[in-house]
Amino acid sequence: MNVLTDHFAEFREGFLNTVELTVLSALLALVLGTLIAAFRVSPVPALRVFGTTWVTLLRNTPLVLLFLAVTLGLPALGLKGWDSFWLAVLALGCYTSAFICEAIRSGINTVPMGQAEAARSIGMTFGQTLSQVVLPQALRTAIPPIGSLMIALTKNTAIASGFNVAELGALQKQLNGDEGYNIYVIFLWIAICYLIITFVISGLFRLLESRMAVAR
Amino acid sequence: MSTNVLFDAPGPKARVRNRVYGVLASVAILGLIAFVLHRLDVTGQFQHGLWDTYQYNDTQERIVEGLLTTLKTFAIAAALSLALGALLATGRLSDHRPVRWAATVLVEFFRAMPLLIMIFLLYAAIFTTEPMWALVIGLTLYNGSVQAEIFRSGIKALPKGQSEAAYAIGLRKTQVMTGILVPQAVRSMLPSIISQLVVTLKDTSLGFIILYEELLFVGKSFAQQQVPVGGVYPFIPMVIVFGSIYILLCLALSGIANWIERRTKRSRKGAPPAPPVPVELGNAAGAGPAA
Repeated sequence: MNVLTDHFAEFREGFLNTVELTVLSALLALVLGTLIAAFRVSPVPALRVFGTTWVTLLRNTPLVLLFLAVTLGLPALGLKGWDSFWLAVLALGCYTSAFICEAIRSGINTVPMGQAEAARSIGMTFGQTLSQVVLPQALRTAIPPIGSLMIALTKNTAIASGFNVAELGALQKQLNGDEGYNIYVIFLWIAICYLIITFVISGLFRLLESRMAVAR
Repeated sequence: MSTNVLFDAPGPKARVRNRVYGVLASVAILGLIAFVLHRLDVTGQFQHGLWDTYQYNDTQERIVEGLLTTLKTFAIAAALSLALGALLATGRLSDHRPVRWAATVLVEFFRAMPLLIMIFLLYAAIFTTEPMWALVIGLTLYNGSVQAEIFRSGIKALPKGQSEAAYAIGLRKTQVMTGILVPQAVRSMLPSIISQLVVTLKDTSLGFIILYEELLFVGKSFAQQQVPVGGVYPFIPMVIVFGSIYILLCLALSGIANWIERRTKRSRKGAPPAPPVPVELGNAAGAGPAA
């Protein structure tokens, strides 16, 4: 108990940083993932190849390696001066986007064929069919898998602690050995912090799911 | 819905348009790749000296050593997590309420915990001198819980008649499980089980952060020890080389999962129900051959 009250400021900062990291990389992942999913079903082969390559590469790369690639790679590309927080957002966002893309793509597969056929028969183009008719329905069915991806993302933010981001995961290293606190107690409080975030996310997604369910 | 329903078979106009988009997209993508390669070249990442080291036997031996360490960790963690998964799944399907609750609490807790935090705890509290076991036990606890849920959902997804029929012929619960349900569940869940093993393989790289000498750690320490060529440290070549190794390993494993998935699908489709055999009720209808 002492460790929480003694270091409340650090816990609060770590907690808020983890939330911020989760939210920002989730936004990046959702936008990128939807875009890549659209690429993967588009009539343009070059975009399809790009989408497939993106997903295959990112899904099979360990996240730590991706963090390393982003941290070392961006300076080599001449994009210097990124703060480690934004590098973490970039790595987490790109990594999760590959999984989001696949969730949305399987969501697209659940939309009944008649929906797209009807859209095409009234003369909608591919872009209109996808953005007005198919994607809104696909996104709604993809809500549960996207929810579990968001929880996975929250847990993955812990890896950012290995790359100098001061979030919850970093607390364990920082407080361990400091003033002789019991490490299990530190662990327990950090665990509770993560549980709070993941519970909120799963609650939020359950709410979304019940609100947005498609009647079929 | 197959994705090609999203757009019509393109007519002449649409073909031209798609081709224009295709060319634009290709130019954009190739431009991006060219930009990356150009920048890497400008910052000297492709200098001769940076890549030479990968030709030496010594280097290759170190990489193989790191690879073997990673594979060894993966093998132990995979075996243990499958065993733990089976144990926890048995617990969750138990008839005894306390056992069920205990298993549920364990599974939920270990699934909700960031793996890295757990590995840190194990490393700092128990395995201070043996990072491998911190990594292996951490991976086992996390992946074991996930595997338990995979096993359980596989068993839950089986038609109820399977266990009912087994109970009806007088099998005990253990016999029903081991003889009837588990073989079918494992067969149908094999792709998911292997996909989770890919996650286990990828996560062995978390050992990097607790300074365990697996493949990624070998890569980084290796790059740090090299003499910079023209002021450039060989980090980018390292990321490219070691990244390719990881991607190939994971692709091989996911390839097995996809192959099994295709095979099991085909075998199910390939065995059509036997054609109905006309039932002969003696010669009453006069259809059969005369005796």
